[in-house]
Amino acid sequence: MSTATEPVRILPQSPANSGSDSGEGQLLEVSMGPQHPSTHGVFRMDVVLDGERVVRLKPVFGYLHRNHEKIAEHETYLGSMPYTDRLDYICSLTNNWAYALAVEKLAGIQVPERAEYIRIITAEMTRFLNHAALIGFLTQDMGASGTPLMYAFRERETILDLFESLTGARMMCNYMRFGGCRVDLPAGWLDQAKKFAATLPRFLEEFERLLATNEILMARTQGVGVLSKEFAVNAGVTGPVLRASGVNYDVRKVDKYGIYDRFAFKVPLGEHGDTYDRYMIRLLEMHESLKILNQALQDIPEGPIVDPKTKIRGFRPKPGEAYGRIEAPKGELGFYLISDGTANPYRYRVRSSCMMNLTVLEDLCIGHNVADVVVILGSIDIVMGEVDR
Amino acid sequence: MTPENIKSEVEASIPGCQLEIVSNPSPSGQHSLRIDPAHAVAIATFLRDAEPLRLDYCSNVTGVDWPGKEISEKVKVKKLVDGVEQEVEEIRKTQTIGHLEVVYHLYSMEKKHGPVILRMRTEDRAERVHLPSLTPVWRSAEFQEREIFDLYGVIFDGHPDLRRILMWDGFEDHPMRRDYVEPDDFEYEPTAHDEVLERARQHRTVMGPL
Repeated sequence: MSTATEPVRILPQSPANSGSDSGEGQLLEVSMGPQHPSTHGVFRMDVVLDGERVVRLKPVFGYLHRNHEKIAEHETYLGSMPYTDRLDYICSLTNNWAYALAVEKLAGIQVPERAEYIRIITAEMTRFLNHAALIGFLTQDMGASGTPLMYAFRERETILDLFESLTGARMMCNYMRFGGCRVDLPAGWLDQAKKFAATLPRFLEEFERLLATNEILMARTQGVGVLSKEFAVNAGVTGPVLRASGVNYDVRKVDKYGIYDRFAFKVPLGEHGDTYDRYMIRLLEMHESLKILNQALQDIPEGPIVDPKTKIRGFRPKPGEAYGRIEAPKGELGFYLISDGTANPYRYRVRSSCMMNLTVLEDLCIGHNVADVVVILGSIDIVMGEVDR
Repeated sequence: MTPENIKSEVEASIPGCQLEIVSNPSPSGQHSLRIDPAHAVAIATFLRDAEPLRLDYCSNVTGVDWPGKEISEKVKVKKLVDGVEQEVEEIRKTQTIGHLEVVYHLYSMEKKHGPVILRMRTEDRAERVHLPSLTPVWRSAEFQEREIFDLYGVIFDGHPDLRRILMWDGFEDHPMRRDYVEPDDFEYEPTAHDEVLERARQHRTVMGPL
């Protein structure tokens, strides 16, 4: 995070930047953010403009930096679990899972089958609500004030109600444990979830119909912010943003963590890598999430939800290290842990998906109008809690 | 591919480079390779482009701080005690200088394998903290190397834009180092209590009353 400059200033003229007396060709530096409704939190972009066109853009973040990693190094392994909720605060359950997976790799813990099913059900619900909310935010950024967002939030609220009855909290769930989950499903939860899942196709159809062939959406997103395949791979972009560029890489399919190899689902891929494809990928992924969700709700077995041999208190993994990663709704979320045999991790690292996806922001925006920056940033899908950590 | 295979392949194609396998006793079984900084860019380019590996995706880059330790060993020394030569145990203490380590987790999106883990060490923690940047090889290292520079103080040579990223520009220390001490600047707290109150009081005695 660098210190704030004045919001707007005209850059001194350089030989390359000299124009006529009318001011043509002069570059203007604008500080977008940190308090800007489109930046999804406290995030700033140092934009250099030539008229309306973006010439340079430097993302500036760190306003929410609380050194989560340092806090975790002074905390027990389990004590960090509630902190992971606060990373990407829209998708707390997938954050929990990523951390639990890394610790399970580090200590070699097995997870019972029922817990794996519960993890998949909650993770796919999280993916569904994240993508729905993102499309809402994205259209909001384009000027569709409220309607698509409220449609998405209506479904999100129902999912959050289910989370609340399962975990006790709507957003800060703190639900996964090393070797399983914290509590079993309450009575009647599965029926409620099934009933809810049965209404989702109607919502998806309605949501698609609301926005499909919308002229403003098409004009603002098609051909805007094109990300090429090779560059996306080299820049470490993951998740829906990567797949919109046509790279077939989904950690659920590649690593087959949990029991994802038992479910039939497809990985939607984009063709052009533009903002429209990034929007469309989310819509298609919601359909696939729904498929996984339906299969998991059907097949979930009875049984224990946590490995009885796991020590919850006094948990001390043997010295060593592990890197565990999952396909979070925003991309690859990884945790890297080094244990020195004590109750606290020697090193605790969060590989944030949003922060890596921001790497390409400048390259996507250069040459576009300043209004497109808002849309491109919206389609990358960032949450500052995870970017800044 | 096992680390042994990678080591032999890299050593065959890049003359003079040194690789060392760092074994990992944890059940995760993720062993890593320690590379020498002088050949790091060549090794990284080879791993990215050479056919069987094609590690085109650098997922995670992070720093680890290993401060110097005091190692005490018991040594038997012959000494004259009361005119008689006797064997006496003495404790000899040595101080290691410690180092900063940078870890890269590499995957292949094309071949769908990984992780291959690379590690590099600085010579010490104070002056010789330069390492070559791998951002020219993998663009994804750009922000993460900036973060390591910011929080650990490793200086990456060849990085296109090495600035602080999470802390502000005027900040001086590196907060993720294990011996980092918070600066003594009293933060306003409406109901100061316990340690905060104590710190505030000490601060006052240093700075004089407000």
